[in-house]
Amino acid sequence: MRRHALSTRLWHWVNFACVAVLLMSGLNISNAHPWLYWGDQGFLASDAWLFLPRFPGWATIPSHYSLAEARSWHLLVAWPFALGLLAMWIAMLANRHFARDLVTRRDEWRWRAVRDDIAKHLRLEFSHEGKFNFLQKLSYGLVLGVLLPGAIVTGMALAPGLDPLMAPLSDLVGGRQSMRSLHFLFAAALLGFTLLHVALVLVSGPARQMRDMITGGPREA
Amino acid sequence: MKRRGFLVGASALALGGCGKVADSSAGRRLFDAAEGWHEGAHRSLVGNALAKEYTRADIAPFFRGNGSQTVDTPQYRAALAAGFPDWRLTVTGLVAHPLSLSLDNIRRLPQRTQITRHDCVEGWSAIGEWTGPQLGVLLKAAGLLPAARFIVFRCADMLGGAPYYESIDLADAFHPQTIIAHALNGAPLPERNGAPLRLRVERQLGYKHAKYLTGIEAVASLAGIGGGRGGYWEDRGYQWYAGI
Repeated sequence: MRRHALSTRLWHWVNFACVAVLLMSGLNISNAHPWLYWGDQGFLASDAWLFLPRFPGWATIPSHYSLAEARSWHLLVAWPFALGLLAMWIAMLANRHFARDLVTRRDEWRWRAVRDDIAKHLRLEFSHEGKFNFLQKLSYGLVLGVLLPGAIVTGMALAPGLDPLMAPLSDLVGGRQSMRSLHFLFAAALLGFTLLHVALVLVSGPARQMRDMITGGPREA
Repeated sequence: MKRRGFLVGASALALGGCGKVADSSAGRRLFDAAEGWHEGAHRSLVGNALAKEYTRADIAPFFRGNGSQTVDTPQYRAALAAGFPDWRLTVTGLVAHPLSLSLDNIRRLPQRTQITRHDCVEGWSAIGEWTGPQLGVLLKAAGLLPAARFIVFRCADMLGGAPYYESIDLADAFHPQTIIAHALNGAPLPERNGAPLRLRVERQLGYKHAKYLTGIEAVASLAGIGGGRGGYWEDRGYQWYAGI
């Protein structure tokens, strides 16, 4: 068995490309109306809880302001993003990657164990038993189980065509504009995870990590 | 065909970067295909179900106008001041009995009042109470012919020098919440919101809700109308299916 299953590697890179395009086209869409609201509605500055900056061309797709083209990218890439996540969940339940590597044990949640794990991370020590340490399990679990599905569900809730289906869910958080705010927050959290993830790869043997996520790594028993 | 479009688009993405994909016809086809998948998914998930309706307490005190805020002609200003006594809404095209309706005719038809949320493509939302006859009632009165597949909306306003227009398919045309609104929050439609008549097609974004309506036209194809993509903003790259 290799360190990373083929399904994991395929999804990892497809998902990375999807998140990059969705985030960058999303920043272009944000430029059309960069104010966020809570509740069902909102369109006045006095209703907004957050005023986002205008995102520069190097950070957006396309690099010039075009709501139409940015939406085309966003709505296209939403498909491989959502279906890819569904496929990854099916694969990691079927090949037991989830049960074996991602499910935390009760003793890992004890404060002393969590504190030791954080301290080890801060000293940039990454040796651990099993495939992932507790903080890895927690962050990968949050990304796969909360942030990615959250971005998809809050995105679906923005579609007026799905309003009959999604309105009851939107009501739970206050309405469509709350869903829009959450959509931005999930996106920001995914960006934060990505930056942290890349930084930790860079300090823990980046060449080996990259090789393993592409080739799967050496065969293990 | 769709699969080939996807492969071409995917390899173009890998090789050429995003700008080139969007400019290529394969990229355009891929975007159109994705729009069709969204429409198909929405239609199969929600069918003919209604968009959420709100209560009077939810209504926005001021309903923002966007896009055209008026029709910039002396005739329109005179008509607005006089209460649109001579305004006509025609129903033409693939119909057995073409109609030409006054505002009074429209107000005397069976009315539907709905408090709904207007979602702009830019991202904002506003809630208002709209009143008017269902579009389906008008189309039945005109006797839609079997060849008709789309309903085109002709408007009095110009945006950037081009006439505004829109179109929807028959599923949306006969949806119970698709109305020709003449009133907002119990008063005649304000100028900025499309006086005297606008389309309400709930479950789609704001740019579909054509304002300053002068004509409704049943057609078999959208080719040859405007830029051929079914609407003012559609001709400028926006999705024809604006349910997303």
